[in-house]
Amino acid sequence: MDQNENLDLSDDEKKLFEDLMPEDLTEILDTGVNRRHFLKLMTLAGGGVLAAQSAVAEQLFTKPISGAMPEELSAAAIENGVNLALNVNGSARKLTVDSRMTLLDTLRERLDLTGSKKGCDHGQCGACTVLVNGQRVLSCLTLAASCEGKTVKTIEGLAQTGTGRSRAGDSGAQLHPMQEAFLKHDGFQCGFCTPGQICSAVALLDEARRGDASYVTENVRRKTGPVQLSTEEIRERMSGNLCRCGAYPNIVAAIQEVHSGKPVEQTFRFSA
Amino acid sequence: MRPFTYTRAKDPAAATQALAGNPTARFLAGGTNLIDLMKEDVERPTALVDITNLSLAEIKPITAGASKGGLSIGGLGKNTEAANHPLVRQHYPLLSQAILAGASGQIRNMATNGGNLLQRTRCPYFYEVSMPCNKRAPGSGCGALEGINRLHAIFGWSEKCVAVYPSDMAIALAALDAVVRVRTASGQERSIPFADFHRLPGNTPEQDTNLAHGELITAIDLPQNRFADRSYYLKVRDRASYAFALLSVAAALEVSETGNRIVQARIAMGGVAHKPWRALTAEKMLIGQEATPANFKRAADAEMAAAQPLEHNKFKVELGNRSIVLALQMALNGGKA
Repeated sequence: MDQNENLDLSDDEKKLFEDLMPEDLTEILDTGVNRRHFLKLMTLAGGGVLAAQSAVAEQLFTKPISGAMPEELSAAAIENGVNLALNVNGSARKLTVDSRMTLLDTLRERLDLTGSKKGCDHGQCGACTVLVNGQRVLSCLTLAASCEGKTVKTIEGLAQTGTGRSRAGDSGAQLHPMQEAFLKHDGFQCGFCTPGQICSAVALLDEARRGDASYVTENVRRKTGPVQLSTEEIRERMSGNLCRCGAYPNIVAAIQEVHSGKPVEQTFRFSA
Repeated sequence: MRPFTYTRAKDPAAATQALAGNPTARFLAGGTNLIDLMKEDVERPTALVDITNLSLAEIKPITAGASKGGLSIGGLGKNTEAANHPLVRQHYPLLSQAILAGASGQIRNMATNGGNLLQRTRCPYFYEVSMPCNKRAPGSGCGALEGINRLHAIFGWSEKCVAVYPSDMAIALAALDAVVRVRTASGQERSIPFADFHRLPGNTPEQDTNLAHGELITAIDLPQNRFADRSYYLKVRDRASYAFALLSVAAALEVSETGNRIVQARIAMGGVAHKPWRALTAEKMLIGQEATPANFKRAADAEMAAAQPLEHNKFKVELGNRSIVLALQMALNGGKA
């Protein structure tokens, strides 16, 4: 979080705090608006005290609130705190975590990376799948403390930043081919499992490239280098990612298209 | 989750020492089972000692000792690496298959070989802390004995516990007569034959294995064998993938070069007992016999005659019978039906 963001109060904003919360002004100018200040302000707003200065107040409320939990604390500030340095989506991050904190909660609650989803929180659904040191893992069963020195990639880190088509919004980022394929093939309905599905699929293709076997591989003794995956193979290898909407045929088609490099036709089957 | 301290062990000695002084400390490896059980409040360690940085992940041929000519698999290697290692795939395809039958790609990337053996039962009464369970809370009773016991044991259970052991990997290791190598808390090495590693519940179902507190699995040794051409891991489950076994069979055969006579047979079953269940009765009957479906059936009948099903899992007797026959047939045909 950018601490400096909060120091740039406008003159109007300074006056607002001076009027309403004079005892906190020095602290606010020093370290920015924190959660306590914000709550206090909300209480005042609830009492109608702010009504006269509503335009200024509105501006303030739309500012990001930060400073509630700085990334680095002394380990002793948290019971069983663990100091942690890891690389997330290309950026070095340092933070102090409760020893109980999972990688998933750390990504979502501390690093503002809410793409990875908490589905079951028990390793049964795959919605929290991220890549750690290039391997797909379940972030809900990974303690953040155990990620010291590791490289984590989440759905937010898959798109290439910079030039290219701007399907990913205003950032000008180019989506990962797997993201493009999921869009093309409608590989989701509600989208909750999608970040996990895509991270899992990206890793799956690496596993196939290095020749990994699966339970449906006909003969594990035959090692032939990169594996060409059948639909059955993709389904087996993606079985750790559940989709309650049932977008499986489209997910498999998307993965098959990126894997084979050839367009895959959608096939629909209807009962007679 | 209850609070615990987290430390990383620098070497095996430090790891075992860290546990020796604290009966409520536990090793943390892949964490795929332990962290889940901690979230459920089933496991309540006060200290976790992370052992994932120890150099105990190597897979290497055994060049001396009782298992000479075999393969040693590091206790802290990942399941994915073990299943895909060229020497495992070539010489122990049964083990590759069994590992790949378990869990998902993500979980196999996290789970270690030693940790896989130490998985706890998935009995719903063990997981649900409001239910009685002698394994979780000794003396509280067994909720499954007269509860919903479709998933439970048909061999070797006791009044105290009818849970089944969940690992697929371990079923193959049982069939392959693996040896578990352990570092004791005092720094000694000891080897545990696979058949003695896991326990039947008896009066102490809270103890899954014969490992003492603080003992560290350093490696799993696979003796040399002649089963690579004829082995198969058959897993039957409620859905096609990513589910624990209702029942599984690891089958391996060695057949005479002339003719079709069985020289050696190994059959281990999962999902039927508190430990990997070696079908020794069936194995003995098959030695010297011709490898035919009729003989497979006779052996399966003899083995399953001793089953003691519970109220809801009577289907496992017939399922076990057919699965033994099919797994042997698949093994004989090199993995094809």
